[in-house]
Amino acid sequence: MASVRSLLKTFFLTELLVGMSVTIRQFFAPKVTLNYPEEKAPQSPRFRGLHALRRYPNGQERCIACKLCEAVCPALAITIDSDVGEDGTRRTTRYDIDLFKCIYCGFCEEACPVDAIVETRIHEYHMENRGENIMTKDKLLAIGERYESMIAADKAADAPYR
Amino acid sequence: MDHLNGMWAGIPANLQSFILTTLAVIGVMLAVIMAVAFSTLAERKVIGYMQLRRGPNRISLFGLPILRGLAQPFADVIKLLLKEFLIPANADRKLFLIAPLIVLVPALTAWAVIPFSPEFVLADINAGLLFILALTSLGVYGVILAGWAANSKYAFLGAMRSAAQMVAYELAMGFAIVGVLMAAGSLNLGEIVRAQAALPANGLSLGGFGSWNWFWLFPLFIVYFISGVAETNRAPFDVAEGESEIVAGFHVEYSGAAFATLFALPEYANMILISALAALMFLGGWLSPFQGYVPDAWGIAQPSFFWLFLKICAFIFVYLWIRATFPRYRYDQIMRLGWKVLIPVTLVWLAVEGVMVWLKVGPWA
Repeated sequence: MASVRSLLKTFFLTELLVGMSVTIRQFFAPKVTLNYPEEKAPQSPRFRGLHALRRYPNGQERCIACKLCEAVCPALAITIDSDVGEDGTRRTTRYDIDLFKCIYCGFCEEACPVDAIVETRIHEYHMENRGENIMTKDKLLAIGERYESMIAADKAADAPYR
Repeated sequence: MDHLNGMWAGIPANLQSFILTTLAVIGVMLAVIMAVAFSTLAERKVIGYMQLRRGPNRISLFGLPILRGLAQPFADVIKLLLKEFLIPANADRKLFLIAPLIVLVPALTAWAVIPFSPEFVLADINAGLLFILALTSLGVYGVILAGWAANSKYAFLGAMRSAAQMVAYELAMGFAIVGVLMAAGSLNLGEIVRAQAALPANGLSLGGFGSWNWFWLFPLFIVYFISGVAETNRAPFDVAEGESEIVAGFHVEYSGAAFATLFALPEYANMILISALAALMFLGGWLSPFQGYVPDAWGIAQPSFFWLFLKICAFIFVYLWIRATFPRYRYDQIMRLGWKVLIPVTLVWLAVEGVMVWLKVGPWA
């Protein structure tokens, strides 16, 4: 009996029609694709994108060259040299991040005692020449200055959970 | 205007008819090519929608902000025409170049006998259906030659598969068409459509869409459409292409313009042709589905090209719907379906139809 039923099912294309009814329902279902450049998926304030070095509101660099980020970096992407600055404080003379090595884990940000190195929400960037993958201190500070409001807002949003 | 009329009248009558026919042929060709262009877009859109995507929606016609994506086929054609056309070093050059033409020419020639409306058909010949059967079968030679000439094992495998599949499904298709012939008593496609009209003389006719052939020949209709999908090598019968098994089958070595105009074009042209034939033979072609239900004077009861167009679009949609739904058949399953299921079904229904005609049951009695 079961075999007869299965034969009838096959013969009248029952299963195929069930399958087609599934696809036609999806045809009318709302589409989930975002039209990317115009529409973007929501981002968390914790999003880990391009790095930045921050300054205090008075313009002083936050980074004290403690090298905790260099130590914690699992990809060995950070290179730091330090010296005594003009004002007698300990400052970095070199702060390089190799973006090809970086795995965007965010450990540097977590390790930093003064919130100097952060990962911003910038994720649409590219390089056109060799060597541009090395983010120097100047480049990192420039990003920090340009996006300070975004970084500060993200830090404030995340503060209750840290 | 008068001047032009005078010039026209000055041309000999046979030259006049030659010019008119040429213009009609060019018109139909352009219409078919445009239909092909937009069915490639429809395919990407429909399959995208069924996969919860949006499909192409960037390139708009003349840069207008409405109906974005509508100009996608033109962009695709330009891209493909600008691409390099490669001939493999070990290919048989002559056959490699001729094969696509053998696929293309029958796919376009077959449109000559398709009646688009009660008045308009390029060649109103009495053996129209036979002509179409012959031409659509010719296309397979192009596929085989393309597979052979490319001198590639994937192309050859694809060609072999295509040939065996065509033989199996041509039979089922032929038998389904025999059923239509028995119903209409003519090989002329126009006559076949006219025989489906809701006439007072047809006692048992349900009027409108109920009097079309699909109702009495339902199994043949289904078999015809399934074998049509197989004939055009479309999913789920696209083993000749089988991109996951044999890369792209018979056209693996073709590129650029030759690929675009000579393989993509016939595939879609054949698809539209099979849709048009299904509409003509089983869904009453240009006849209105409301004929017999509303007063004949009403516009929607009038036969026109619009109804044929609508029916062709519906069939194309089913083609795409099927492609979006089903995975590819395994090769032996295709052979089994063709020989052991479709052909026996058509034979049985032909016998049933014969008995119905004999007992004068049904509309064609």
